[in-house]
Amino acid sequence: MSALHPGNEILPPRERGALTLYLVTTLALLLVLMVFGLLMRMAQGTWLHVPPTLFYQLMTAHGAGMVGTVALGGSAVMWYFLRKYVSLSLPIFLTNYILFMLGAVLLLAATFLGHYAGGWTFLYPLPVKSMGIWSVGAAALFMTGYLLIGVGFLLFYLDAMRAVIRVYGNLGRALGVQWLFGGIIDKTHPPTVVASAMVIIVNSLGILGGAVVLVMSLLNAYAPEIVLSALFVKNLIYFFGHVFINISIYMAVIAVYELLPRYTGRPWGVSRPFLWGWAASTVMVLIVYPHHLLMDFAMPRWAAVLGQIISYTSGLPVFTVTAYGALTNIYRSGVRWRLPAMLLILSMFGWAAGIIPAIIDATISVNRVMHNTLWVPGHFHFYLLLGVLPMLLAFMYHLIGGEADRPDRGGDRSAFALYVLGGLAFVLMFLAGGHASVPRRWAVHESGWQFYDQVASVAAAVVIVAMLWFTVRLCRGLLHGPAASAPSPGR
Amino acid sequence: MSFQDSIWLTTLVGITGVALVFLYVISQSGRQEEPSAVQARAYALRRWVFGGLIALGVVVTGASLRPFPIAPQHTLQPAPQVIRVVGHQWDWQVDSGPIQAGIPVAFEVTSADVNHGFGIYDADGHLLGQSQAMPGVTNRLVHTFTQPGKYRILCLEYCGLAHHGMILEFDVVAGAEEQS
Repeated sequence: MSALHPGNEILPPRERGALTLYLVTTLALLLVLMVFGLLMRMAQGTWLHVPPTLFYQLMTAHGAGMVGTVALGGSAVMWYFLRKYVSLSLPIFLTNYILFMLGAVLLLAATFLGHYAGGWTFLYPLPVKSMGIWSVGAAALFMTGYLLIGVGFLLFYLDAMRAVIRVYGNLGRALGVQWLFGGIIDKTHPPTVVASAMVIIVNSLGILGGAVVLVMSLLNAYAPEIVLSALFVKNLIYFFGHVFINISIYMAVIAVYELLPRYTGRPWGVSRPFLWGWAASTVMVLIVYPHHLLMDFAMPRWAAVLGQIISYTSGLPVFTVTAYGALTNIYRSGVRWRLPAMLLILSMFGWAAGIIPAIIDATISVNRVMHNTLWVPGHFHFYLLLGVLPMLLAFMYHLIGGEADRPDRGGDRSAFALYVLGGLAFVLMFLAGGHASVPRRWAVHESGWQFYDQVASVAAAVVIVAMLWFTVRLCRGLLHGPAASAPSPGR
Repeated sequence: MSFQDSIWLTTLVGITGVALVFLYVISQSGRQEEPSAVQARAYALRRWVFGGLIALGVVVTGASLRPFPIAPQHTLQPAPQVIRVVGHQWDWQVDSGPIQAGIPVAFEVTSADVNHGFGIYDADGHLLGQSQAMPGVTNRLVHTFTQPGKYRILCLEYCGLAHHGMILEFDVVAGAEEQS
């Protein structure tokens, strides 16, 4: 059985402090943003009066906040494990955090003080055409917040790129492309480095795309004579948005590769299918975004076909490499079912099952009757709530070590059960709403739709209770736990 | 069974299938077996899983793209009925005049301000089809109503404060053939 906490993961105090900042912030934001989600579902279910102005502000803050927060947590996972293999800069890691927090303050100010409610997708020209609900200044503040956050993440990736190239020569070799068509694979090549190389390549490009569209939108905000093409801007926004949120999953999944083998006692090395999966994902994540524009019939037909087919093929690495690999890793392994292992397997289920409604919705004929219904938040909440968040929680529970590793900690297991049941019910109510053609992003729901909202509200409350438990336990562990300084090697 | 019902059923079957696989593997996780033996069997099975998923993808792709589900956008053949639709914050401007059931109608959809989503709902609340309504762009949605009756247009792209209020009811009348 391998060591749960190997010595090369012990962090010096400053690094530990930086990581704790990331993780405590992630937990706190997740909890607050979940409450925003609950308020919205209760409002739709008529259990709470929320004026539409406030509803759409909450919706905007929830969307932007969740995407950013999941990315923040994911980058912490990537930083923690990648630093074992390459030399990452602590000042850059902290700079990313500071820019994130500054950006978050601007987003919140724009939303709740400036009344900006243009959605996290800031789809042009809504930010500058609000019918007097918010000012152009509020929209510009929101987009500037995004820019700050994007600059922070870009610095983080550039630093990771520098560090990876210094050790592996170039990103292609880190990704393992030299072994795709033959040769003897170096079995010690870390999966973390493969995943990180993919993340660096893809999200650097994604963020650059986002920066371009943000600057264009800001220019337009103050110089309306510079007219933008709504279709071109939408392409850029969904290229950026799709890449950014997907890469959060690919950063967080590093925790699965690194941690699951420690609980099963079986190594998870690189193989040719594994390398092919990551190489293919590098390309597919970049070109799949047209599936967000299937109902924009002015798009070229080939783009819609590409969006459908690449959405299908994108599922292959998830099913046949990562989820399949995780199942193979635990099958008859005598795995120690401690909370991190339980959360990791939950994350694999959430990701694999959640992409089923996503892939189905990427079929053009299905999209015609499902796009922008509750089906859409149904599938992305599935693999975010039951996929990515459990990856982050598993990472944190593993980090705090000690008490949380004990199998007889009843509260943790009860919270886990609540989280699974509440999470499943919550996402299924979204999907059921989509099946009933309920439109998404409506502040007011018709009476026939409110059953889904009310059940979802109860489910969301259950998830929040579980999340509150996780947050308190993890924050205490991260700030004061025995592992906060340095876990003993080999424990 | 409606199209949405079949999508819902397929999804539930898929999710249940994944869940059952996970539950089976978890149920086996307490036993111990030589990793190399497990890997050998798993990798052999993976080839079949991979091949099966590829085959499924090819079949679904072929079946779902022929005929292509989006109407030609630049056709010289005019549709029997053409209705121009313009989205505004926050109402719909739609050509007046009867829409006949049983005869294809081409909705030429655009927007005067921000992005909207043009969604056609039947009296039972089922979404029948949609397209984006985008400023500077015209999307052509061709739909054939099978039944006369009341229908509604709902906005399916978030467009600001009264997004949820962008609802317009319209009538579809019996086609000439049905009337005779």
